[in-house]
Amino acid sequence: MNNIVSDNKVLEKNMSLSRRTFVIGSAMAGGGLALGMNVPFGVEEAHAEAAATEVNVWVAIKPDDTCVIRIARSEMGQGTLTGLAQLVAEELECDWSKVTTEGITPARNLASKRAWGEMGTGGSRGIRTSQDYVRRGGAVARMMLLQAAADQWNVPVGELTVSNGVITHASSNRTIRYGEVAAAAAKLTPPDAKSIKLRDPKDWKIAGKPLKRLDTADKLDGSKIFAIDLKLPGMLCAAVKDCPVFGGKLASYDESKIAGMPGVKKVVKVKDSAVAVVADTWWRAKKALDALPIVWDEGPNASQSSATIADMLKDGLNATTTNGDRRNGDALKAISEALKKIEAVYSTPFLAHATMEVMNCTVKLSADRADAWVPTQNLEASLAALSEASGIPLGNCEIHRHDLGGGFGRRGGTQDYVHQAVEIAKAFPDTPVKMIWTREEDQAHDFYRPISQCKLSAGLDAEGNLVGLHVRVSGQSINALLNQKGIVDGRDMRQLQGLYDTPGDAQLGYDVPNLLIEYAMRNSHVPVGPWRGVNTNQNAVYMECFMEEVAKAAGKDSLEFRRALMKNHPKHLAVLNAAAEKAEWGKPLPPGIHRGLAQFMGYGSYSAAVAEVSVSPQGKLKVHRIVVAVNSGHTVNPGQIEAQVQGSVAYGLTATLYGEMPVDKGRMTSLNFDSYEIMRLAEMPKVEVALVPTYDFWGGIGEPTICVMAPSVLNAIYAATGKPVRSLPLKNVKLV
Amino acid sequence: MAKLNINGTVREVSAEADTPLLWVIREHVGLTGTKYGCGVAQCGACSVHVNGEVQRSCQIPLGDVKETDVIVTIEGLSVGASHPVQKAWAAVDVPQCGYCQSGQIMAAAALLKKNPKPTDKDIDEAMTNICRCGTYQRIREAVHAAAGVGTTGRGG
Repeated sequence: MNNIVSDNKVLEKNMSLSRRTFVIGSAMAGGGLALGMNVPFGVEEAHAEAAATEVNVWVAIKPDDTCVIRIARSEMGQGTLTGLAQLVAEELECDWSKVTTEGITPARNLASKRAWGEMGTGGSRGIRTSQDYVRRGGAVARMMLLQAAADQWNVPVGELTVSNGVITHASSNRTIRYGEVAAAAAKLTPPDAKSIKLRDPKDWKIAGKPLKRLDTADKLDGSKIFAIDLKLPGMLCAAVKDCPVFGGKLASYDESKIAGMPGVKKVVKVKDSAVAVVADTWWRAKKALDALPIVWDEGPNASQSSATIADMLKDGLNATTTNGDRRNGDALKAISEALKKIEAVYSTPFLAHATMEVMNCTVKLSADRADAWVPTQNLEASLAALSEASGIPLGNCEIHRHDLGGGFGRRGGTQDYVHQAVEIAKAFPDTPVKMIWTREEDQAHDFYRPISQCKLSAGLDAEGNLVGLHVRVSGQSINALLNQKGIVDGRDMRQLQGLYDTPGDAQLGYDVPNLLIEYAMRNSHVPVGPWRGVNTNQNAVYMECFMEEVAKAAGKDSLEFRRALMKNHPKHLAVLNAAAEKAEWGKPLPPGIHRGLAQFMGYGSYSAAVAEVSVSPQGKLKVHRIVVAVNSGHTVNPGQIEAQVQGSVAYGLTATLYGEMPVDKGRMTSLNFDSYEIMRLAEMPKVEVALVPTYDFWGGIGEPTICVMAPSVLNAIYAATGKPVRSLPLKNVKLV
Repeated sequence: MAKLNINGTVREVSAEADTPLLWVIREHVGLTGTKYGCGVAQCGACSVHVNGEVQRSCQIPLGDVKETDVIVTIEGLSVGASHPVQKAWAAVDVPQCGYCQSGQIMAAAALLKKNPKPTDKDIDEAMTNICRCGTYQRIREAVHAAAGVGTTGRGG
């Protein structure tokens, strides 16, 4: 558990590489990332594209007019690569059919004084926090190309127009292509990027359109090389086992028992808690590791279980001291004096990320050089981890880019698997060693979605108005493990994501005259981390399912009850209305079908969903249809947003139906997809998406819509059965 | 030395008889489009065709494979991604991260070979591979598109 987070310490030691201090993003959503960076508009100092002329750091153009657009962020399926390219191309005015992309490595970024800005890809930030400088990058390149043409023709640049990468001087009937002026343009002094007026999104021609992804072709024929697929000359492969009990140690192993097994090169102790077998192929390494007798020193955590953790959380529901709150009025008094009181306790379990591509990392160490090939959501954090673990100075390290086979928050700030791979590679100098986890290891050593319970109380007046609401979340803190700076004066507001008073990112959409929302931190020995949607997922279940109970107690319609509390939150309300309208809320349904709704905010975007379900007399649930409305401010690619929303339905419903990581004897017990079930195609409901952008802010898309899946489905079940469901997953709940 | 007929070429491999076909394909033959996802025949990322049937290669020991067995991996499904399923996958823009898609495409190709016009129910029953990105809706649409019954439309 040491060195799981690679922060800025290593980088601070290498200040000469950067003019200004910067903090490596731990890719934790809502982490309040503070970045000082060189404004990334300049010209790269260390490299030049061989076959293309670099106009500026974002754009290089080949003689055949191919526009190479540089990408700093990681691509893990969320479509950021295509969206960023669209934003650059929009301002560049190039021919979209001639756009290709080039991924920037973190060493190249560092060597260029961080010319490409932040590389971390988490918190649904990939587009919204780079849109301004990448668009300006495209615009600067366009202006330089136009100026180069004007210089060549000796005409005022104002007389030129450009479309699809062809510059025209109408009065002299001359045209010239970008590929013909790129070399001259590159020699010009760039205009001041900050003073450029960017195109109004209403006039977008490339951005804002549902263009197909740029990165599909090699996913269709098996030619895409994920990090797990890497082959290098002389490469060895490693299989690894860490102590199954978190916090436990490796006591001993009997190497003699696997002596002579085919292909085995060495058994390597990995820090104090793990052991690896290195062989010529991974399967041989894995087989030998399975045959290796290992004795663990499981330590005191071996007595922990789901039951002991649940007891600890229960204690937090009534504790007198808390770790963060928001309040207005006097909720406890208002509820105690209310005509009608409602109270409920909810709970949500630990969840694993279960990326399809398991954790893996290939490392090659030499005397003064370290290279790693790794699927990562934070290339710079991986670089820092490589340097830190190897002792090789940062400037002699490189991370080779591979798109990820899924990320979902697992591979951001938590660089545990990079540290592990470096330790193994130390036993084989000058030799690349590819470490691959088994699925079982991946399930056993995740940074899980935090477990929590929530006690909610509400008071209603005679007219059924909500006069007081008290929410007490008791659960595990991500910051306590991964980002202690996020806990200020004992307050860890991150765990109340989505329930905030402050607008803009994850604000609660309801006004209640007397409101108290509190967090009681209760940390188990199980490591936790950001999981696609992070704490909005659990908090949306608590708030939106309880709202349903309160609406029912008030004798009011779910939609009308919410609307009455949302007058001061027009954006929340508009999205709720959009979902209700598309789902035809209130219109009679076929017999046996029931609706439920939910709305919530996270990652700067507003989401709402209406689920339609049926529950058979035997208690079997079927989710027939989910309508999702989302306002992300701008929509860079509606087709990819729709794909993300569909994906969020699958990810959110998997958690709702099946997701739990029980703890027994201090360890995880659901170690593969036979017990950690994943929703499959047959269970995928029809998803309808209503995009309702208001074009006045930049919100995220990868995460925000997941959190409304569980509560909309649970509320529909409540409508179907008359019984609220207060714990997940549904596989453990008898519905009738 | 075992002999394997993979993608029309007979190759000799020197792997132990209990090595799963998946790892023979990946580590001995060197074709990495076939993926490891779970190792217990749950996820289908390792799907290949054996004598025309879709099989989860993580559960087939090398010793059970005969030289006469015709094995096709994603790399051998077509030349230039020209199989109707691959073309439909591109047209519908199915993949997100792409890791599971080799297996999904192999499963869909096997389905359409047996059942050229599958219903939604047929697709439900045949397409049991896991996708964590959640591309299921577009997979369904692309299977229909590959079967030539058109798409349901997805706004672009």
